[in-house]
Amino acid sequence: MNDYAHIGRSVQRREGRAKLTGAALFTDDFKIEGLLHGATVRSRVPRGRITGIHFEEGFPWDEFVIVTARDIPGKNVVAHLIQDQPCLADGVINHPEEAIMLLAHPDPQRVQDARERVRVDVEPLPPVLSIDESLRCDPVIWGEDNIFKTIHITKGDPDGAEAQGHLRMDATYLTGAQEHVYIEPNAIIAEATAEGVLVRGSMQCPYYVHHALHEMFQLPLEKVRVAQVETGGGFGGKEDFPSMLACHAALLSWKAGGRPVKIAYDREEDMACTTKRHPSRTRIRSAFATDGTLLALDVELLLDGGAYTTLSPVVLSRAAIHASGPYRCPNLRVQARALATNTPPHGAFRGFGAPQSLFAIERHMDEAARRLGLDPAELRRKNLLRTGDVMATGQIMRDEVDLIALMDRALTEIRYAEKRDSYPTLNASDDPVKRGVGFSVFMHGGGFTGSAETMLNSVAALEGTEDGRVRVLAASTEMGQGANTVFTQVAAEALQAPVDLIMVVPPDTSLVPNSGPTVASRTTQVVGKLVLDAGLAMRKTLLDAGLLLDGDVAGAIRTYVARHGALRTESRYQKPDFMEWDDTTYRGDAYATYSWACYAVDLRVDLVTYETQVADFVAVQEVGRALNPTLAAGQIEGGVAQGIGWGLNEEVIWRGGSMANHQMSNYLIATAVDLPRIRVFFEERPFAYGPGGAKGLGELPMDGPAPAILNAVQHALQIAPRQVPMTPEVLMDLVEGA
Amino acid sequence: MRGQPSLCDVLAPLNLDEALALRAAHPEARPLAGGTDLMVPFAAGRLPDRLFLNLWGLEELRGITVSDGEVTFGALTLFREIAAHPLFQREFPNLVRSAKATGALAIQSRGSLGGNIANGSPAADTPPSLLVYGAELELTSLRGSRWVPYADFHTGYKRSLLAPDELITRIRVPRPRAGGFHYFRKVGTRQAQAISKVSLAAWARTGNGHIQELRIALGSVAPMPIRARGAEKALLGRSGASLPLDAALEALQADISPIDDLRSSARFRRKVAGNLLADMLRGLALV
Ligand SMILES: Cc1cc2nc3c(=O)[nH]c(=O)nc-3n(C[C@H](O)[C@H](O)[C@H](O)COP(=O)(O)OP(=O)(O)OC[C@H]3O[C@@H](n4cnc5c(N)ncnc54)[C@H](O)[C@@H]3O)c2cc1C
Repeated sequence: MNDYAHIGRSVQRREGRAKLTGAALFTDDFKIEGLLHGATVRSRVPRGRITGIHFEEGFPWDEFVIVTARDIPGKNVVAHLIQDQPCLADGVINHPEEAIMLLAHPDPQRVQDARERVRVDVEPLPPVLSIDESLRCDPVIWGEDNIFKTIHITKGDPDGAEAQGHLRMDATYLTGAQEHVYIEPNAIIAEATAEGVLVRGSMQCPYYVHHALHEMFQLPLEKVRVAQVETGGGFGGKEDFPSMLACHAALLSWKAGGRPVKIAYDREEDMACTTKRHPSRTRIRSAFATDGTLLALDVELLLDGGAYTTLSPVVLSRAAIHASGPYRCPNLRVQARALATNTPPHGAFRGFGAPQSLFAIERHMDEAARRLGLDPAELRRKNLLRTGDVMATGQIMRDEVDLIALMDRALTEIRYAEKRDSYPTLNASDDPVKRGVGFSVFMHGGGFTGSAETMLNSVAALEGTEDGRVRVLAASTEMGQGANTVFTQVAAEALQAPVDLIMVVPPDTSLVPNSGPTVASRTTQVVGKLVLDAGLAMRKTLLDAGLLLDGDVAGAIRTYVARHGALRTESRYQKPDFMEWDDTTYRGDAYATYSWACYAVDLRVDLVTYETQVADFVAVQEVGRALNPTLAAGQIEGGVAQGIGWGLNEEVIWRGGSMANHQMSNYLIATAVDLPRIRVFFEERPFAYGPGGAKGLGELPMDGPAPAILNAVQHALQIAPRQVPMTPEVLMDLVEGA
Repeated sequence: MRGQPSLCDVLAPLNLDEALALRAAHPEARPLAGGTDLMVPFAAGRLPDRLFLNLWGLEELRGITVSDGEVTFGALTLFREIAAHPLFQREFPNLVRSAKATGALAIQSRGSLGGNIANGSPAADTPPSLLVYGAELELTSLRGSRWVPYADFHTGYKRSLLAPDELITRIRVPRPRAGGFHYFRKVGTRQAQAISKVSLAAWARTGNGHIQELRIALGSVAPMPIRARGAEKALLGRSGASLPLDAALEALQADISPIDDLRSSARFRRKVAGNLLADMLRGLALV
C-alpha cells in the first residue's frame, strides 16, 4: 500500500535525459579560455628522502608553471580528520605515488611530456609494505607504533565463555584492496588568487574540499568556493581524494596569477594514485555450544591504511562495529587497528570497512556450521538477532525486522534446500564442473557512526522562487546514485506539489548549506529527511499565510514571494531521541538504524580452469522503504556486481607499494557476461526517522556477495576458502594444495 | 592520452604496390592495420614509433576466398567476418570460436587476422587455431612473395620470419576433411574482454578407434604461440580407449615454458594447460 503521491514511485531520473544525450557536461568537457593543464611529478619510491630535483637541460622550462612545497602560501597539508598528509612532499617521501612537484602548460601533451623530464633524486629508506611489517614496527614509519587508530569493543566475558565452548574455532580471513573504477577519473578545475579561490570538479563532498582549501591557503572561509560538477561515479573514491587534487590545481593557478588550471587524471594515473578499499586481515576465535548457540567471539581486525591517516579511523570504526555480524552474541571482544604502510593511503569505498569484517564473520559461520554438522541456515536460525536483543556495542535492537523470515525468503527464491541436498550427489560424478549454493546474512548501519551525525549538524533548505518553483539546497551530490531524484520526490511529497516544480541546485558552497558529505548511506535517510522537513515547514508557512487553499503550490509560492520578497525554510539534523553514544567507551547506539539483508547464490566451479561462475543471485533486503524502486534496485544490482568483482576477480597487484596492474586490461571488473541475473527483493518496514520511512541502502549490497559466493564454494568443493579475491589462482592452490 | 599525434606521421599508400615501395623505402615505418594493438601503448605514451604505414585502405588485403582445397584470407580479414562465415562454423569451428573470443564487438569489427599474427603476442587468440589447422602465411615485398608455414613464422618473443621490407598479405588454411575433432578453449581472468592466461586448440582425426592425425597448440605458455609437439607425439596412433594421459601430460609440461606475470602465474598456467589437455582428451575419447 502506498499512501504517497511521489514516494515509493519510480520517478524518472532528473538528470537522466541530459546524461543520455550527452548534454551533461563533466569537468573535462568544459572549454575555458586561457586554461592551463596540470600534471604531477611523483616519487616512484615507497619511502625515502629527497636529495635533489633536476630539470632536463635544453627544455623550455620557462613555458611551464612549476610548483613545489615551497610555493604553498599557507600550510602544507591536505586536511582531513588530522593533518598528517602533506599536499606536496617536502623532503620526506612516504609512498611511491606521492606528489612532489606540479607542472602546468597550455598544451596538455606538453605537460605530460615535461613530467618525464624532471628527475627526483631520492635516498631510499626501508619501507613497510605489509600489515605484518607494520605490526613488527620494523621500521616505525608513522607515530610511535605505526598505528593510526585502535578500537576496543567488549561485551560479557569472552575468555570465560570461550573456555566453555563445545566447538572452538580459530581462523583468519583476508581481503584485498579494491579500485573503484568509477566511469569518470578524478578531475578538478581551479582558479585561485588572494581575492578568492574557486574550485569546480568531480567530487562527493564539496565541504570537505572547502575545508582542505581553507586550511592549505589559510584564507577566510568565505573566500573559498567549491562547486560540484556533474560527477561520473564515486563509490567513496571521490570522498577524500578530491581535496588533494583541488589543492594541487589551486596551487598551480595561484602561482599562475589566477589563470584557470585543470588537472584531469587519465585512467592509469587515477588507478595508481587514488585511494582504494583497505586490505584487511581478520582473525576470529569463537566458541559454540553443542546445539550451535554462539557463546563467544574474539575478533582481531587489522586494516592496512596506507601512508597517511585520511579516513582510516572511521573506516576502522565501521568495520569494528559490524564485526560480529547480525548475531546475538553474549560475550564478545573486538580489537581493531588501522596500520600505516608505505602505499598510497587507502580510503572510502562503498561499505567503508563493513564488507571486510562481514566477510570474515559470514565465512566463519559457514565454517562453524560445517564443523558442528549443522546446515548453515540452521546455525543462523539459532543465532540471528531478534528485536530487543543487545548488539555488540550494547545497542538495543529496535528495528522490527524478522531476520529469519528475511533469510528464508532468499533461501526459498534460490531453492536452497533442494540444491543443498542434490548438488553433492551431482558433484560426485566426474564432471569437472561442481555446483554449490550458499548465502550470507548481514546488515549495514545507516548514516555516520555514533554521535558523528550530531557533530556534523547538517542543514538542508528549500527556497521558493518568483516563478513559483522550489529549489532544494543541500551539499549532497548527485553522482549517478539518484540523489537529485530522491530529493525531488521527497520535497514534492512534503509540499504536495508535482515533481516538475522541484529543482535540485547543483552543490556550490556559496549557495547551499552544509548538509554533510555524500557518504555513509546517509543521503536519503538523513539528508532526505531534512529536505522533507524543510518541505513540511514551507507548506506550513504557506498555509499560515492563508495561501494554498486551492492546492496550487506554484501559485501560492508566487504570491508569497511577491508579498514577502523571499521564501526559505531550513531543517537541521536532530538525532532520534533514543540515540545515546559514548565515543570513549564505544558503547551505545552505533547507528539510528540498520538495513538488513540475506543474499543467496547458486554457482558453478570449473575444476578444469578453477573459474567460479555465479549462475543465480538473490538479493533480499529490508531498507525501510524504497523511495524510488527502480533507482533502489539499480543500487542493489550495481553493488552486487561490485561485490562479485571484489569476491572473484578484482585483484590489486602490489609491487613496491604501487599498484602494478593500474590498467583496465589488467585490473578486471565484471562484465555483463560474468554476472548472473541479479534478482532483487525488498522488504519494507518504514523507519520512523527516515523520509517516507526510508533507510540508507547504497552500501548494503557491497557487504554480502563475497561471503555468499565463498560459502557456496565451500558447499561445492568441501573446502574452506578464506580470502578474497578468490581468483582461480587462489582456488587452484586450495584445491590442489599449494 | 599520453601519446602525441602531433609528433607522428602516417604514410598512406593507395594500393599494395605503393605500400610495398613505401615499406622498402621506410623500413622504420610501423604497419598500421586496425590499430587495435597499436593504439593501446600509443595512448599510454609507451609506443616509440613516430612513422606509420597505413594498410587499412588496401583492398588487396581484404576478402576471403574459398576453393576446393583451401581457404585464403586477406591479412585485413576482420574477426567479425570470420565469425559470421557459414562455412567456417562447420569446417573451422576453432577459428570461429577464437575470433568470437577476441575482445568484443568493437574490436572484432576493427582488429585484423594479419595484425593478430604480426603483433606476435604469445597471448593472441587466433594463432593456436591457425596452428592446428596447418595455416601458411604469404609474406610479400617488392622482391616478391613467399609462402611459409605458420608453425615456423614466430621465432621467439615478438620475433618472426618477417623481413623489414615485407608485409603479411594472405593467410591460407587447408580445408580439413569432414568428421574431425575440434577443440578450443580460452582461459582469461573473466568471461569476456580478457587477455588469455592459457589457451589450447586441438584438431584430430580418428579412424579405427585410433588417433590418426593430431595437432595441439597453446597460447600464453611460451614466448610465442606454440605447437605441443611432444604431447602430440605421445598421443598419435594411440587407441582412443586407452589414451596415455600421464605420458601426454608429462610431454606437455616439456613443450611449454610459462612465466609469472601480472595476469597469472607459471604454476597456474602449467596446471591449467594440463587440465585443458585432459579436458580435450575426454572429449576426444567420446568421439
Ligand atoms: C579492448 C581490446 C581487446 C582485445 N582483445 C583481444 C583478445 O581477446 N584476443 C586477442 O588475440 N587480441 C585482443 N586484442 C588485440 C588486438 O585486437 C588483436 O591482436 C588484433 O588482431 C590486432 O589487429 P589490428 O589490425 O588492429 O593490428 P594493429 O594494431 O594495426 O597492428 C598490430 C601489429 O601488427 C603489425 N601488422 C598489422 N598488420 C600487418 C601486416 N599485414 N603485415 C605486417 N605487419 C602487420 C603492426 O605493425 C603492429 O605491430 C584486443 C585489443 C583491445 C584494444
